[in-house]
Amino acid sequence: MTPPVDFQLLRAQQPRFQGLDPGHRACQGCGQALAARLTLEAAGPDILLANATGCLEVFTTAWPESAWRVPYLHSVFANAAAVAAGMEAALKAQGKDVKVIALAGDGGTFDIGFQALSGMLERGHDVLFVCYDNEAYMNTGVQRSGSTPHAAATTTSPAGVARMGKRHLKKDILAIIAAHHIPYGATASVAYPADLRKKVRRALQVDGPSFLQVHSPCPLGWGHGSELSIEVARLAVQTGLFPLIELERGALIGAMPIRQIHPVTAYLKLQSRFRHLFADDPRAREELAHLQALADHNIETYGLHAESPDGLDSEGADTVRRGGLRSA
Amino acid sequence: MRQALEGSQAIARAVALCRPQVVAAYPITPQTHIVENIAKLVADAQFQCEFVSVESEFSAASVVLGAACAGSRAYTASASQGIMLMSEVLYNIAGLRVPVVLTCANRAVSAPINIWNDQQDSMAVRDAGWLQLYCADNQEAVDTTIQAFRIAERCELPVMVCVDGFTLTHTLEPLELPSQEAVDAFLPPYAFSRTLDPRAPLSLGTLVGPDHFTETRYLHHQAVLDAEKEIIAAARDWSSLSGRMSAPLIRVDGPPGARIGILTLGSVFGTLLDAREHFGGEPVRLLHLRAFRPFPVEALRAATKGLSDLIVLERAISPGADGIVAAEVRSALMGADSPPRVHNFAAGLGGRDVPLAVYARLLEAIGTPQPRMSPIDLDRSQLSAAAGAP
Repeated sequence: MTPPVDFQLLRAQQPRFQGLDPGHRACQGCGQALAARLTLEAAGPDILLANATGCLEVFTTAWPESAWRVPYLHSVFANAAAVAAGMEAALKAQGKDVKVIALAGDGGTFDIGFQALSGMLERGHDVLFVCYDNEAYMNTGVQRSGSTPHAAATTTSPAGVARMGKRHLKKDILAIIAAHHIPYGATASVAYPADLRKKVRRALQVDGPSFLQVHSPCPLGWGHGSELSIEVARLAVQTGLFPLIELERGALIGAMPIRQIHPVTAYLKLQSRFRHLFADDPRAREELAHLQALADHNIETYGLHAESPDGLDSEGADTVRRGGLRSA
Repeated sequence: MRQALEGSQAIARAVALCRPQVVAAYPITPQTHIVENIAKLVADAQFQCEFVSVESEFSAASVVLGAACAGSRAYTASASQGIMLMSEVLYNIAGLRVPVVLTCANRAVSAPINIWNDQQDSMAVRDAGWLQLYCADNQEAVDTTIQAFRIAERCELPVMVCVDGFTLTHTLEPLELPSQEAVDAFLPPYAFSRTLDPRAPLSLGTLVGPDHFTETRYLHHQAVLDAEKEIIAAARDWSSLSGRMSAPLIRVDGPPGARIGILTLGSVFGTLLDAREHFGGEPVRLLHLRAFRPFPVEALRAATKGLSDLIVLERAISPGADGIVAAEVRSALMGADSPPRVHNFAAGLGGRDVPLAVYARLLEAIGTPQPRMSPIDLDRSQLSAAAGAP
């Protein structure tokens, strides 16, 4: 009689596919490098990558070296979604079953790459678009983007006597993605790798366009120690500032509950981009209240209170937070 | 069999005969009829391809880039503002040495906004590293389109086939469309040496620093120069299949003893042929510069041998400098044995009609001192009347 197979153990022992080799030139604690590695672990080797210009391209491809173990094409800043669409059209014409993933930062997603992204989604290409959201133009030296959070200081939204950092809100990109009614869209965080991998797998299973926004700390741009990247990313989720949610056809189907909700100051105080908010200044107090209100709004909108009955708990993330299961 | 086809329709059918697997385009006048005809061929199941109706020319160029790198023959078409919007990707496609074919339905560039024909658009991207072939008539547009795919794929360089908007794209001409068998015999299935394939991963579009950039650019430059051989070979091989020879680099028409020559690009060449016949007079050699990139220096020197005067008539200008083509012609003839004097005129900017009379005016104008470049059809009366620009 065959002994029962322990599938959990079997899976845990499988070596993960490594699409992005170590030895590249990312900074210590780079959220984007981690996010890209996790994405490829889940995606496996049968993919083509289209990458927008940005740190990821710069630190992985300096000629004559490349850190990629999968087919990779970098064209320009704004066109990752369109290049990916072209790849997908070609593979479809050839009858090949290879997945296409577009990789871009928040600049290449929220701002300069937005039109191509919207077009790709509207036309229904079978492409997974992954945005590594580090909330500013990091590659060019930390300039504000449409993704930069309200009140964050960047080199083009600095804090000063007349300004408290960025005056505008972070663009709600997922709501815009949702309006395209694509099969699958989600947010993820490098602090929850199992959840991220699960979402990549789910996105690649659907037929049609999918979108993943991965919150990816940038120690240099956010102004925190490189050893704190995961902690900072986790606090973004646990404060409610970066909710982890999943959408199908634009409708909310899941949100990761927060078991212990932290005040936004716990997240903000670790990063020098928010340092001016802790000055003895009524405007700073007002902005802190504003940011707390944004987090509270997210918690209400997406029902992030863990105690609420929620059958859609993102369990992979939850297990990792409680110590983790490698197989998740 | 000769049939009357609109230029755009003929180009669309020529494209279909080349069996690209991906066509991406965004509509812009006067390119629209080309992509509409392709869309109709696809809808009628006369042409199997992924037709991607993109949201901008920027994405059209990006889609064909992605498709060509993923292993499919790819085609796009545009004009004017569309070429401008594409320009970042056009440079990128060329620098990556990716073989795609683009039809440019030549049109003026705004401002002033103008939808009619001149060649400012393709001239604006002459330095992008694409091959550029200009067509004098719609038969040449058909034949050049087919040749362009083979040239592109053999050289691993993109090819821009330039056809005058409206003058060619919207004009019915009797022409011959080749058979599918002839095109298949001429054009082998698409094969790109750097096709992205999970079984043999490659990284394309990598960061190249100062240590290697010059060499990369030099190799690109050299590849464009070397493309001359493939342009010649394509014209030769296509002529043996089609029975039609299009002069690969420069078409020369006129008596060897002529002392005056007129060089032009595109459909104005046909006007000049007619005008010469109409006016008669002194012998004039007419030259059609088909290959603008690579710029055929040796062929130009040979084609202008024996001329005392060469008029360069062009449909674009470089404000503050000369005509664009004339500057290159002057440069190419520098150092040739007794080169002709080069006279430079623009005509037909923004779609102004180029009548037969222009021919006579050109020949007359070179007898008197002229600025380095001026529009031969300039209406000076408007200049004093109009206090401000339109």
